[in-house]
Amino acid sequence: MSTVDSVPLLQLLKDGERAMQICNACRYCEGFCAVFPAMERRLSFSPKDLTYLANLCHDCRECLYSCQYAPPHEFGLNLPKVMAGLRRETYRKFAWPSFVVNILGQTGPALVLSLLLSPALFFLGMFVFHGPGAVFSAHSVEEGSFYRVLSHGAMVGGFGFVGLFVLVAFAMEFRNFWRGTGGRADSWLDARAMGRAIRDSLNLRYLGGGDDQGCAYPDERASSTRRWYHHLTFYGFSLCFASTTLAAIYHNFLGWKAPYELMSLPVVLGVVGGLGLVAGPLGLLRLKSIQDPEPADPLQRRMDIAFLVLLLLTSGTGLLLLALRETAAMGVILAVHLGVVMGLFLTMPYGKFVHGIYRFGALIRFAKEERES
Amino acid sequence: MRLCCLLNVGRASVASSILPWSFEPTMHSEIIYDVLVVGGGNAALCAAISARLTGSTVLVLEAAPQALRGGNSRHTRNLRCMHEGPADLLTGSYPLSEYFKDLLQVTGGRTNEKLALMTLRESSNCQEWMRQKGVRFQRALGGTLHLSRTNAFFLGGGKALLNAYYRAAAAMGVEIEYDAEVRGLDIRDGRFHSATVLRDGGTRTVRARALVAASGGYQGNLEWLKEVWGDAADNFIIRGTPYDTGTVLRGLMDCGVKTAGDPAQCHAVAVDARSPRFDGGIVTRVDCVSLGIVVNRDALRFYDEGEDFWPKRYAVWGRLIAEQPDQIAHAIIDAKSMGLFVPPLYPPHQAGSLPELAALLTLAPEALERTVAAFNASVQPGTFDHAVLDDNKTEGLNPPKSHWARPLDTPPFFAYPLRPGITFTYLGVEVDEKARVVMKDDKPAENVFAAGEIMAGNILGQGYLAGIGMTIGTVFGRIAGEEASRVVHG
Ligand SMILES: Cc1cc2nc3c(=O)[nH]c(=O)nc-3n(C[C@H](O)[C@H](O)[C@H](O)COP(=O)(O)OP(=O)(O)OC[C@H]3O[C@@H](n4cnc5c(N)ncnc54)[C@H](O)[C@@H]3O)c2cc1C
Ligand code: SF4
Ligand code: SF4
Repeated sequence: MSTVDSVPLLQLLKDGERAMQICNACRYCEGFCAVFPAMERRLSFSPKDLTYLANLCHDCRECLYSCQYAPPHEFGLNLPKVMAGLRRETYRKFAWPSFVVNILGQTGPALVLSLLLSPALFFLGMFVFHGPGAVFSAHSVEEGSFYRVLSHGAMVGGFGFVGLFVLVAFAMEFRNFWRGTGGRADSWLDARAMGRAIRDSLNLRYLGGGDDQGCAYPDERASSTRRWYHHLTFYGFSLCFASTTLAAIYHNFLGWKAPYELMSLPVVLGVVGGLGLVAGPLGLLRLKSIQDPEPADPLQRRMDIAFLVLLLLTSGTGLLLLALRETAAMGVILAVHLGVVMGLFLTMPYGKFVHGIYRFGALIRFAKEERES
Repeated sequence: MRLCCLLNVGRASVASSILPWSFEPTMHSEIIYDVLVVGGGNAALCAAISARLTGSTVLVLEAAPQALRGGNSRHTRNLRCMHEGPADLLTGSYPLSEYFKDLLQVTGGRTNEKLALMTLRESSNCQEWMRQKGVRFQRALGGTLHLSRTNAFFLGGGKALLNAYYRAAAAMGVEIEYDAEVRGLDIRDGRFHSATVLRDGGTRTVRARALVAASGGYQGNLEWLKEVWGDAADNFIIRGTPYDTGTVLRGLMDCGVKTAGDPAQCHAVAVDARSPRFDGGIVTRVDCVSLGIVVNRDALRFYDEGEDFWPKRYAVWGRLIAEQPDQIAHAIIDAKSMGLFVPPLYPPHQAGSLPELAALLTLAPEALERTVAAFNASVQPGTFDHAVLDDNKTEGLNPPKSHWARPLDTPPFFAYPLRPGITFTYLGVEVDEKARVVMKDDKPAENVFAAGEIMAGNILGQGYLAGIGMTIGTVFGRIAGEEASRVVHG
């Protein structure tokens, strides 16, 4: 806790306000991203405004390298870092239920839960209910083999419950953000604004540096690498999600039981998505390891890494499960995979995943403001 | 070796006070570069890149440390380009004739026509050249839309532009040294032999076959400013880099190079009196003068605040304030005007009544009340419109306020303290169309070239046209680099 509080929110807000006052008098970075046009519509910067602007910032970092007031100038302006600090506070402040973030918002507990506790529980469950024989024996790909080690009811029940909880948490967090930044309800009725926000989110427009040449990550040179790795991660995740959803439909409505054939849609989606979800997080982790630390928020770093590692293990164990599903290792791998996925879900509302929710909210707000100006 | 023009006008605070200044270079470098470029701003980098592209080995000596490299160029945002039709991000057209007319108007005809026309013509192909070196552009900035037709804006501003140039230069093999201040030049009979460089606490001699001087004006040199403006200079704020000390300019002058540009002129604007002494850049300007009144230390108005659109007038206010007692003034507006201008960096002084405001500004309250009362009484009815030269003016007031005159009657009242903010000095060296410096006998030097602020006075004898500083630096930097290569390689 103490480290998280080491730059208190009040100080961050003060730094943010000061940064915005300098930038608003300068505006040279106006072309990079949405933060600057949004800033120009304001004369003062309340905590609400700053929270909105910080989440509108995509951390492209161009504005540090371009800034004539960056350290060692006496103004010492480092806007990406200030924004990252404010975002980090957002993730804590708007978490729901708020007390959980104190535990699962911490990298250590989040990883222990996802990588140890949850897989161990799955394993234990299998062991207790189906016996060592079922868990450790070789399997065929015949229908329903997964459920010999873990009953379908337990799987659907467990994940259904957690899934629902996570959805509610996201909804509450979005609501907290929307209220906490002073968003207006009528933005939702503006189809054009919504369309633009969705478009700008899906193509990560603001990692393009304003002229689509890319952003200053991992160093000052404009590069599109991060944007592509993020696309791989996001769309990989989406495909995996689609695969699971489809499988649930197959099972519950069509009565087809997993595992599915290699060329079946759930497997194809899962494999393609899984590969994306391996390559994307790996790439992002690599970039993070060589990034320029100057514009980065050191406290955010661990949270980012934890999330990427979880994503990587989710896809990695999923692919491994596919490869080894006919061997005696299947039971163990299934337990690990399901455990990691469960851990990922449980920690999502308190980890880096929420940046997507808040950025989307900020982009809706921005699109609406643009339409009105 | 005879060093004909070693100098002692350098920034006392930076180098000469730290070091016992020795005229005897401590080190001789064996390398002879083709082209030595002195300076690390826009003009220097353009020269270095074009010299390298034409086959020369190039060394750039920049006085500033790497993190603060780039002189005044790091504070810029755009350059002014001629174009016959909508070009790239530039709207409409800005033909040569109009550009030249604008230049004649601001300089009052004090320009070298031949060089000016060449520069303006060459400005049309700058953007393409810049893009190839990695410079990125954007649409005109909020608050500067009146420039969207004439000026191309750098994405991220001048520092981003310089980053691109430094990357390009390094990639093509230009050598760059930071913290390297040139303190002496060996130029004999119009021929450059070597320069003395102060670096890492020692001096050394750098030899090259040609020299490009691109070291800016001398506005960073407080002693020199005082020589020209007297004690008033103590109250000047320098908007740009402290590293533009004019050392090389003085050196060239001492070596018999002819000067150009008014020695007693500088470009100065009104900046917030609370700004840092150096390097405050663009954010220290205050843009509300035309919306209210400006009073001096004695709470008296001294100039027509609404004479013309602010972008056309902002550059007279530096000189006006420099002429006031103690070089201080205060821009005063009331609640009606808040939000109508780009918000300045520093918060305004704010008070519910004029006497309270006067107290905050240490002005005599009665004097301020008198001035405001006289102003308010003379305001004629009209329709306020800040976007046009409206009919809101004073009658029978001296000095008058010709536009946007609205009574100061709606509290709270706000005030921004103002000082003269020096952008650059005009004094420079004379050059010909090959960017060669011209010696006092009117003959061009053999292998000495100049580009940027240090020769801008050839084109800007006085006055200023937004964005032309970078145009001059880009055009002459390129020419200087190429011509230097030509001298070296034949
Ligand atoms: C706040 C501000 C905003 C401006 N905005 C614009 C704008 O938008 N558009 C525009 O056209 N103009 C603008 N100008 C003017 C513009 O900055 C200059 O016209 C232009 O930058 C001059 O470029 P330069 O390369 O000649 O000089 P500088 O960029 O000043 O470069 C001079 C270089 O020489 C180095 N140097 C000096 N002495 C020595 C020495 N003895 N040894 C080694 N190195 C030395 C300095 O460190 C510096 O790197 C602005 C100026 C200011 C202050
Ligand atoms: S980050 Fe620096 S250069 Fe960019 S707008 Fe802000 S003050 Fe200006
Ligand atoms: S880091 Fe990028 S996205 Fe964030 S404010 Fe700076 S330019 Fe905008």
